[in-house]
Amino acid sequence: MSGKPKIAFYWCASCGGCEEAVVDLAEDILSVVEAAEIVFWPVALDFKKQDVEALPDGSLAAAFVNGAIRSTEQEEMAHLLRKKASVLVAFGACAHLGGIPGLANLFSREAILSCAYRESPSTVNQDGVLPQPTFQDNGRRLGLPELFERVLPLDRVVDVDYYVPGCAPPPKIILNAVTALLKGETPPKGSVLAPDHALCEECPRKDSRPEKLLAPKFSRPHQIAAAEDRCLLAQGLVCMGPATRAGCEALCIRGNMPCSGCFGPTSRVRDAGAKALSGVAAMAEGNEESAIDQALEGIPDPAGTFYRYSLPASLLAGRRGVSRRD
Amino acid sequence: MPESFEPKIVAFFCNWCTYLAADLAGTSRIKYAPNVRVVRTMCSGRVDPQFVLDAFAHGADGVLIGGCHPGDCHYQEGNYKTLRRVRLLKRLLEQMGIEPERFRLEWISASEADRLKTVVNEMVEQVRALGPLSFASGAADSPAEPAEAVKA
Repeated sequence: MSGKPKIAFYWCASCGGCEEAVVDLAEDILSVVEAAEIVFWPVALDFKKQDVEALPDGSLAAAFVNGAIRSTEQEEMAHLLRKKASVLVAFGACAHLGGIPGLANLFSREAILSCAYRESPSTVNQDGVLPQPTFQDNGRRLGLPELFERVLPLDRVVDVDYYVPGCAPPPKIILNAVTALLKGETPPKGSVLAPDHALCEECPRKDSRPEKLLAPKFSRPHQIAAAEDRCLLAQGLVCMGPATRAGCEALCIRGNMPCSGCFGPTSRVRDAGAKALSGVAAMAEGNEESAIDQALEGIPDPAGTFYRYSLPASLLAGRRGVSRRD
Repeated sequence: MPESFEPKIVAFFCNWCTYLAADLAGTSRIKYAPNVRVVRTMCSGRVDPQFVLDAFAHGADGVLIGGCHPGDCHYQEGNYKTLRRVRLLKRLLEQMGIEPERFRLEWISASEADRLKTVVNEMVEQVRALGPLSFASGAADSPAEPAEAVKA
């Protein structure tokens, strides 16, 4: 047994990109391993749930949980890690705001299951069987986790101490967060561990942003060849920079792609999507409905565009009729 | 839908036009449906889409925004920005399952108390016909919803 602080990583409804992001620390991960003992990390190390259950409550210095919560299993693990960890960190956009899986909140659970298990062209399921929570076979009872009606951010099921934003969080943000936590230099509880200003402030194209932004027509990135040195909003692309928290060093914009908002809003904004929609829509050139609608035609899917990472954390949290949990 | 359903409409009225029209309706003893809860804003352009979503999320069955006629904005172009936001927000609301009749923008000047009455009455009846939005109370939690289900 080492006297090093113990940490755990876990994944819920996520793509694995957050795990990749930890590995992307490259040699910097050595400094983490030097300072802390990783006691649970299903994607990389062979520890089991029982190993975590055997730990005394609160004995983990920190647990980093990525992914949204959308099944009974994920909720159970979130509660377990909350109990064992003195600091619980929502790691990445899905744990923070619901993330891309959160767009499932535009559909009912029945529609999702039916699409995945019955309707998708690659599915062969003649009997139309759907996953069952329990199954009896020769007196043995088998169980599967149950899918929730809605995707939830981590803080809707357990108390969260800190948030590490991003899809996936970039190495610098991770390292700063882990280092701060291990040194005990912690900001106030509930903080997002990234700067609290808009991305535009650290954008390399900041100076090319015109005083007055107007778009006669919005486009999607594949529809135009965007100039590499001009503000993307000024070119009619929906860039979420003005409504998104900084800290990624404008990675996407450096790749000539508009910001899609994975860091979520700053602390002054309650609903990231509504705020971004507000700024972008006001740019539509024209003072009459027809001209405005024509400009806005270039945004065919407002919910998917403005709530790409934040629907479950938004004010409405999902489509009406898809039941919510308060 | 229960017989007694009375729609709750949150109305954001601009300080310079529509709010004055409501004032005029009052002093002129013009009667209109009592279902609106009026919030005065300095400009219809001050109505952040977050306010609209917040109203729907907390029990409003409809949201009405009233501003100055095009060209009459006290701040030059606040109402144009409102119009642009409303056009896109309406589409977003439809994706969230909220019918377009529940969200309305109207230009009503300070002298148009009658117009205010017509718009409010019309909207109340349209929303009444649609029934409660019940975004706040939500449909019954599904059996697979955790916590309660786990305890049971």
